[in-house]
Amino acid sequence: MKILIKNVRIFDPASGIDEEGDVFIKNGIVSKKKEETRNIIEGKGLYLFPAFIDIHTHIREPGGEDVENFESASKAAVAGGYSTIFMMPNTEPPIDNDGMVRFVVKRARDVGLVKIYPVGAATIGRRGERLTDMRAMIQCGCIGFSDDGSPVKNPRILRRILEYLKGTGIKFIEHPEDPELSSDGSMNEGSLSNKLGVPGIPWVSEASVVIRDILIAEYLSSPIHFAHISTEASLDLIQFGRKRGVKITFEVTPHHLLLDEDNVKITDSNFKMNPPLRSKRDRKALIKALKKGFVNAIATDHAPHPLYKKELEFSLAPFGVIGLETAFSTLYTEFVRKGVIGLNELIEYMSVKPAGIFDLKTGMVRDGAPADFVLIDLKKKWKITEDRFHSLSRNSPFLGWDVYGRVVYTIVEGKVVYKEGD
Amino acid sequence: MERFKQKHLLGIEELSRDEIDSILDTAIIMKSVLERRIKKVPTLRGITVANLFFEPSTRTLNSFLIAERRLSADTINVSKSFSSVLKGETLLDTARNLEAMRVDMVVIRHSVPCSPHYLAERISASVINAGDGAHEHPTQALLDMLTLREKFGNIEGLKVSIIGDILHSRVARSLTIGLLKKGADVILCGPPTFLPEWFEDYGVKITYNLKDAIVDRDVIYVLRIQRERQDTAFLPSLREYIRYYSVNRDVLNRYARKDVIIMHPGPVNRGVELAPDVADGPWSLILHQVTNGIAVRMAILYLLSGIGSSGGVE
Amino acid sequence: MGNKKLLDRDGVRELIGSLASDIVNRNRKNIKNICIIGIRNRGDILAERLAKYIYKETGIKPPVGAIDITLYRDDLTTIGPRPLIGPSEIPCSIDNRIVILVDDVLYTGRTVRAALDELVDFGRPLRIELAVLVDRGGRELPICPDYVGIKEDVDKSLNVAVYLEELDGEEGVIVKKEEYGKV
Repeated sequence: MKILIKNVRIFDPASGIDEEGDVFIKNGIVSKKKEETRNIIEGKGLYLFPAFIDIHTHIREPGGEDVENFESASKAAVAGGYSTIFMMPNTEPPIDNDGMVRFVVKRARDVGLVKIYPVGAATIGRRGERLTDMRAMIQCGCIGFSDDGSPVKNPRILRRILEYLKGTGIKFIEHPEDPELSSDGSMNEGSLSNKLGVPGIPWVSEASVVIRDILIAEYLSSPIHFAHISTEASLDLIQFGRKRGVKITFEVTPHHLLLDEDNVKITDSNFKMNPPLRSKRDRKALIKALKKGFVNAIATDHAPHPLYKKELEFSLAPFGVIGLETAFSTLYTEFVRKGVIGLNELIEYMSVKPAGIFDLKTGMVRDGAPADFVLIDLKKKWKITEDRFHSLSRNSPFLGWDVYGRVVYTIVEGKVVYKEGD
Repeated sequence: MERFKQKHLLGIEELSRDEIDSILDTAIIMKSVLERRIKKVPTLRGITVANLFFEPSTRTLNSFLIAERRLSADTINVSKSFSSVLKGETLLDTARNLEAMRVDMVVIRHSVPCSPHYLAERISASVINAGDGAHEHPTQALLDMLTLREKFGNIEGLKVSIIGDILHSRVARSLTIGLLKKGADVILCGPPTFLPEWFEDYGVKITYNLKDAIVDRDVIYVLRIQRERQDTAFLPSLREYIRYYSVNRDVLNRYARKDVIIMHPGPVNRGVELAPDVADGPWSLILHQVTNGIAVRMAILYLLSGIGSSGGVE
Repeated sequence: MGNKKLLDRDGVRELIGSLASDIVNRNRKNIKNICIIGIRNRGDILAERLAKYIYKETGIKPPVGAIDITLYRDDLTTIGPRPLIGPSEIPCSIDNRIVILVDDVLYTGRTVRAALDELVDFGRPLRIELAVLVDRGGRELPICPDYVGIKEDVDKSLNVAVYLEELDGEEGVIVKKEEYGKV
C-alpha cells in the first residue's frame, strides 16, 4: 500500500522538521525513496502532524455497547486525529484477566481503524483486594494497569501492585481520589458549591492520594503515573516527589485546562465529571505547568454516557464527558491561537510525550518510522455540534463552541482510516 | 413600581430588592383576604397548580394548598418518595407528564439542589421552589422577611443572627441572601462542622460562639437540628449541641436584650435547638410566621400567574 | 385632534354635590343604614367626598370604604405581568345595609361587575346602588347606574381622564386620545 502526500506542511516536533514538502509512505512506514503511485493526497493548506495518542479512553464494550463500542470509539478517535488509544478496564465485566485482554485486542484488530491498547485492571473486579494475573495480561498485550474509575484504596495493596510490576517495564496508573473525602460530592468543593448547597469534592481528596502514592513509589523505587491531575496541590506534590527522585508521570485533560468551576451550569450535567472542574487557581496552575513542560501528557478521559442518564439532574447524573473529537481543536483554538503555548508544544503533549511515557513509537517523518499521521486544516473554522460526533454519545461541555482546526485525514500504519466527511 | 416580571420563583438570589418588596406588599393584601368572611377570591380560577413534593412535608404542602385554593386555583398533588423516583419515573418525565396535562404552575420540593432550576429550563409552566436540598427555600425567606417587616417596619440595619446547622440549611441560605439584599446585618452561628468559612463570602460574620450571636441582636433565628447529623460525624451528640448552642431562657437572660425576637422555620425540636418555654414565650414570632406563609405563597402565585404558559400577552 | 374638556373644577364639584343630594333624596328614611364604598382608584376619593356632602345635608356621616377589584378582574389571564394590588378596606359589616358603590367612570361595566362579586364575598347587603361621575356609554354587560353625574357617549378610541385634587393635584374631566398605562 503506497501513499504520496504532496505539498503538505510537515510539522514534526520529534524530528524538528517544520517545512513544506512531500511524504511517501509504503507498507505502513515512511520511506525516503519515493515510488510511483496513484494514491496521492493533496496536502496544500494542510499541516501534517504525528497522529495523536490518547492514553486515557473509556470504551463501554462489553456492558454498554449502545453507549460506545469498539466501532464507534474507533471512529471517534480517528475523527479526532488519534492513531492510538488506551482503553481503561472499567467495562462490565471489567478487563481483569488475560481472556478479556485478548478480547479487546481481537476486537480492536477486527475493527482495524485505530490502535487500541488495553489497560488492565490492577485488582480483580477493580475491588482493590486481589491482584490480577498481570504477567499473563502483559503477555496478551496490556500496556498498563489501573483500577481507574476508582483509586486503589488500600495502601498495602498499592504496594503489592507496584512490587509485582517490578521488572516488567509496565506502569501502574492511579486514579487519585479518596472516596471518603469525595463523599457524595458532585462538583468542586468551595464557595460556589457552598452557595448552591451542593456537596462538593475537595481538592484534598486528590492531593492526599497523590502524596500517599508518591511516597509508596519512592519507598519501592517504582515509577508511577497519575491520571487526570486537576489541582495545584497535586502539582506541588509531584514536584516535591520528583525532587526526591521518584519517577512520576502524569496527564491532564483538555477540560481541566480549558474550564473551571465558574463554567459549571448547574442545570447541565455535561459539566459534571470526576475529578470535577476546579477553581480558577487550580486551572491557572495547570496551565503554568503545561507551559513549563512539567506535564507529561494531555489525555482526554473520554467517558461516554447515554443521553437518558446525562439528562438527569446534576446531582444524579453520572460523571464524565467525551473528548476524543474535540481535544485538538479546542486546545489549538484557545491555547495555540491565543499564544498560551506553541503549536509544537501542543503536538508534543498529544503525541510525542504520551508515547514517551509508555515506550511507544510515534509517527515521524523519518525513513522507516511508523506512518501514523494526521492532516489538519488549521484555518478551517467549525462549530462543535451534536450531529458532528462519531461517538455514540454526546456528553460534551464544548457543545456550541466555534473552533479552528479540522482533521482532514488520519493515517494509521500507512492506511487512510479517516477522511473528512466520513 | 415596575410590574413583577419573573416567570419563576427559583430562589431569593434571582430577585431584586424591588421584586422582594412587590412580593411583600402583595402578601399584605393577601393577608386581608384571609381575614374576610369569605376567604376566597376568584383570581386564579382556571389555573391548575401541581404540587410536586419529593420530600415529605405536611406544613409547607398544606400552606401552599391553602394558598392555591384561596385563589380559586385547581390543585393536584404529586407526593413521591425519592426512592420511587429512583425506581421509575425521572423528574423530567414527571414534569413532562404534567405539562401534557396542561398544568400552569408547578410547586416543587426536592432533595436535589437546583432541581427547580433544572425544571424551569425544560417545561413551559411556571416553577416555584418550595425547597431544593440545602440550596434555597425562597417562600420561607419571604415570609420571614414579611414577619420582620411587620414587627420592625424596616429591615435595613436590623441585626439578625441565624443559629444552627447552617451548612445543610436552605432556609439559612435564602434568608441570608434576602436579608443582605434588604440591608440587614447578619451573623451566622453554629458548630464549625456546620459552618465552613465559605459562608463569609456571603458578606456576613460567622462565629462558633453562641454568646457572640446573641449579644445586642434584634432577632435570633433558630434552625432545626436533625438527629441524623450525629450519625454522620457532623456532631458528637445532641447533648453537645444542646449544651453549647441551645437557645433557652438562661442564655437569653444572660446575653440577650430584653426586646429580642425569636424566630424558627418550624417544626421545633423542643428541648433541642429551642427550649419549649422560649418557643412559646412572648418573644416568639413563630406563629406569625405560619400565617404569613400562606399570604406570601398567595402573593407569589398571583404575581407569577401573569407570565404563565397560558397567558402573558401584553 | 385636541383634547376636549368635559368638566372643569367647578363642574366636578357641582356634580358631586348633586349626586349626594340624589342619594339623600332617594334614601331619606335610611341614611343611618347607608355605607358608601368606592372603587379604587378615584372611586374611593369620590366616596369620601360624597360622605362629607351627605353629612353636611343630613348631619349623619355614612361609613366610607374602598375596594380594589384587581383580584376579581375577568381579564387577568390576558393582561400579562400582574398589576400590584391595593387594599380593600370596608369599615363596617355590609349585611343588610344599603351600599352605594361609587366609581369615577362607567364604561364597559366590567369593573362594576368585579366590584359586585367582591362585595358579595364581604356580606349580604340589603341592596347595592351604583353612583358614577361620568357615564361614557359603551356597555358590554347589563349594568345600569342609579346615580349619574354626566352622561356623554365617548368613542372607544378615546380615553376619559378624571383628575381629582387629592390624587392628581387638580380637578377636571378630559376626553383625550387613548393613553396606555394610566391606572
